[in-house]
Amino acid sequence: MSTALLHIDKVNKHFGGVAALSDVSLSIQGGHIHGLIGPNGAGKTTFFNVMTGLYRADSGQFSLDGQRYEPSSVHKVAQAGIARTFQNIRLFNAMSVLENVMVGRHIRTRNGVWAALTRHRRAREEERQTREHARQLLDYVGIGQFADYRADSLSYGHQRRLEIARALATEPRLLALDEPAAGMNLSEKQQLRELLEKIRDDGRTVLLIEHDVKLVMGICDQLTVLDYGQVIAQGTPEVVRHHPAVIQAYLGASAHV
Amino acid sequence: MTALTILQNTAPRAKFGLLLFALALLLAPWLVGSAGGNAWVRTLDFAMLYIMLALGLNIVVGYAGLLDMGFIAFYAVGAYLAALLSSPHLLAQFPALAAALPAGMHTPLWLILPLAALLAAGLGILLGAPTLRLRGDYLAIVTLGFGEIIRIFMRNLDRPINLTNGPKGISSVDPVQLFGVNFARTQEIFGLRLPSVYLYYYLFAAAMVVILFACIRLQHSRIGRAWLAIREDEQAAEAMGLNTRNLKLLAFAIGAAFGGVGGALFASFQGFVSPESFSLNESIAVLAMVVLGGMGHIPGVILGCVLLAALPETLRASMGTLQQTLFGQVLVDPEIIRQLFYGLALILAMLYRPAGLWPARTGGAR
Amino acid sequence: MDTLIQQLLNGLMLGSLYALVALGYTMVYGILRIINFAHGDLLMMGALIGLSIIRLLQSLFPGMPGLLVLLLATLGAMAACAALAVLIERVAYRRLRNAPRLAPLISGIGVSLLLQTVAMLVWSRNPQMFVQLLPLDPIEVTAGDELHAPAITNMTAIVTVGIALSLMAGLLLLVNHTRLGRAMRAVAENPQVASLMGINPNQVIVLTFAIGGALAALAGIMMASNYGSAHFYMGFLPGIKAFTAAVLGGIGNLKGAMLGGILLGLIEALGTGYLGEATGGVFGSSYQDVFAFMVLIAVLVLRPSGLLGERLASRA
Repeated sequence: MSTALLHIDKVNKHFGGVAALSDVSLSIQGGHIHGLIGPNGAGKTTFFNVMTGLYRADSGQFSLDGQRYEPSSVHKVAQAGIARTFQNIRLFNAMSVLENVMVGRHIRTRNGVWAALTRHRRAREEERQTREHARQLLDYVGIGQFADYRADSLSYGHQRRLEIARALATEPRLLALDEPAAGMNLSEKQQLRELLEKIRDDGRTVLLIEHDVKLVMGICDQLTVLDYGQVIAQGTPEVVRHHPAVIQAYLGASAHV
Repeated sequence: MTALTILQNTAPRAKFGLLLFALALLLAPWLVGSAGGNAWVRTLDFAMLYIMLALGLNIVVGYAGLLDMGFIAFYAVGAYLAALLSSPHLLAQFPALAAALPAGMHTPLWLILPLAALLAAGLGILLGAPTLRLRGDYLAIVTLGFGEIIRIFMRNLDRPINLTNGPKGISSVDPVQLFGVNFARTQEIFGLRLPSVYLYYYLFAAAMVVILFACIRLQHSRIGRAWLAIREDEQAAEAMGLNTRNLKLLAFAIGAAFGGVGGALFASFQGFVSPESFSLNESIAVLAMVVLGGMGHIPGVILGCVLLAALPETLRASMGTLQQTLFGQVLVDPEIIRQLFYGLALILAMLYRPAGLWPARTGGAR
Repeated sequence: MDTLIQQLLNGLMLGSLYALVALGYTMVYGILRIINFAHGDLLMMGALIGLSIIRLLQSLFPGMPGLLVLLLATLGAMAACAALAVLIERVAYRRLRNAPRLAPLISGIGVSLLLQTVAMLVWSRNPQMFVQLLPLDPIEVTAGDELHAPAITNMTAIVTVGIALSLMAGLLLLVNHTRLGRAMRAVAENPQVASLMGINPNQVIVLTFAIGGALAALAGIMMASNYGSAHFYMGFLPGIKAFTAAVLGGIGNLKGAMLGGILLGLIEALGTGYLGEATGGVFGSSYQDVFAFMVLIAVLVLRPSGLLGERLASRA
């Protein structure tokens, strides 16, 4: 049994009187693509936001790579090794594609004010490496030719890749993607699938919220299904697909798959 | 495709532009002086000070996206510090001090400037620490309030101990003395006869160039990228691990430091400081220069400064004579017309060109 | 040395003025999520326009009773400022509804400058004497003794507070118990959905600005009546303080604006009074304005949702 990279135990979150998350637990193995699915309003994005520090949970334990972490501030979570993308693609629009990824390198680099002013040798070297690393990431996700374009001038599919490249630049232990296939057509989804598989095969761990069930069944190693803020099923796609609670949640009690 | 751009290879263009700029900088007082005499060169000196201020505010507003409406407070603090450290005021208040310094209080400029920068930066951090997490419009009002608080304190700290001499201000501030040269008098250098305003011009231009250099270096660095990311989308920047709070504080402190340096130079130039030089209108004027010039884009900001600084003088000259010829008398004070222009310019800029008059190609205001 | 009662009376009057202006800020913020930077200058325009109307009436109808003159001037100024506020919304804010937040703020700064300039042009830069048409004879509220002077007020102050309170009550009635008020609240919650229900958000927005402008004008005239003068810069400080009051009470919340206004007035009056006493007159009334700013910073840092505002969703 491989060790869990991310282990989250019994997260609870209320908004006023509504229990958005009830005792949600999740365990992601290293090197897996782990899917988080469920009907609309099930609490997937809420869980995501709690995990990455955007919301504060009422209770719950979080640990990454065996170490407890407090998701109390977004930037600390990112520094600890969880990089996320956003459902509605949030790029730095006025910056170039390359610069967006370079910002992703920020927490793994050190140049400060003194370095900026004097541009001494180590500073220049770090800047060169940052640029190089960013270019490589752009090539890795397949948009290297757009490096100098303005970020918001890219097509939708390419913007998604840029966001992924930017997240990868932070050298995350866990790449957390919030509905990366939203709004994509069939061929874009296929390309995304290939990219995600490449990322997984290169040893990274991915957590994925997705609505596209076919995509999710196709690439995920493990799935967690949420409904009304609770985990109703957990396991491989095969297991989950035939799970009666899952079928009921998506299709209603009398449906058969 | 509307926004599809390719960053141009700017090297040859930039070198030419740089040469032009350097030439303009060197010759400016002579060109301006021959057109309008020493009075116009004096305006040029103030334009240099404004540029320093605007560059400082540009870091805060243009790079980091924080609307600071009390920026003039840092200018005031630098000015008062310089005044206190190089005028007889403190000695007159504290005889013990006077006894300890028989030669008088004449702190040299090279000591005053870094002290002013440090004090202003410290004040910036003090103000910024609790307030920088506020949303844009709230931050604007809070900083405005802070600017006013500083002004009120400057105006009233003549009791119980007379620190600032209240509304009367502090006068007899030493002029700049560098390498034995007294900037308050006309000097002969390399055979050229340089009146005081010319001397100050070159000093300010030099300081301005240093600040400019720092701004450009910062803009194209890891820190500059981080600021821009925060300006574009603060939450996304945080999600990438950026400590936005500290980065914003840094921008605030650096901008404040530049403001403080400008203030110190201003005090030595003018020879006296009073609270009325540091009003909200000044904060708004500097903000207008940054906004109209293209937030974040340095050449645009400088252009904005020059235009808006030159405006009062030009208006005074042109509107004055215009009204004389048309109406036989000056009906409307050019000062009022200046404010009219400011107001209209800000509104029109936001409605039609929110990126400023000369925005950056791949940049621009949000 | 003023007694506690005197301070309270002063504070109440001051607070009523702040409350009237704060309502304008809070209503516009509630609907558009922007701070109308030019709102304080509407107070100024109201006072000066009112002054001009008074002068006009007095020169045309010298026999008209003072109270009537004041009434007509007030109504006229309120109407004018309502129209002015609507114009400002149309010209400076409407196009910027989807612009980044800094844009309407900067535009508002421009409008403020413009209004002040116009005032300078029309009424000159000098403070104008505001004819005081309500009796200013002191009315004793408490009997004095050897140590303390009696606490006094005057008709102007009483009328100010009275009108302010009635208008506030009227506004609450309008917003909470009429169809129009329901429409206003709907647009404040969610303009798109409101428009799906057949409400025209623009109409509501225009109405909001108009009401705010009218209230500010009233405050301006009351202020000028109390202090006897009006000038082009008189809107700046009250504007900031009224904004502080709105934030103190919870921005977007009508009752909050009223509460915040009164509270701020009291804090200012009591604070300056006692600070002056405590420091033997050294830190006295000249620091009055600092109080408002301190309150503003304190509220925004410690409890940004204000006294009556909803707690923001808990964020880590």
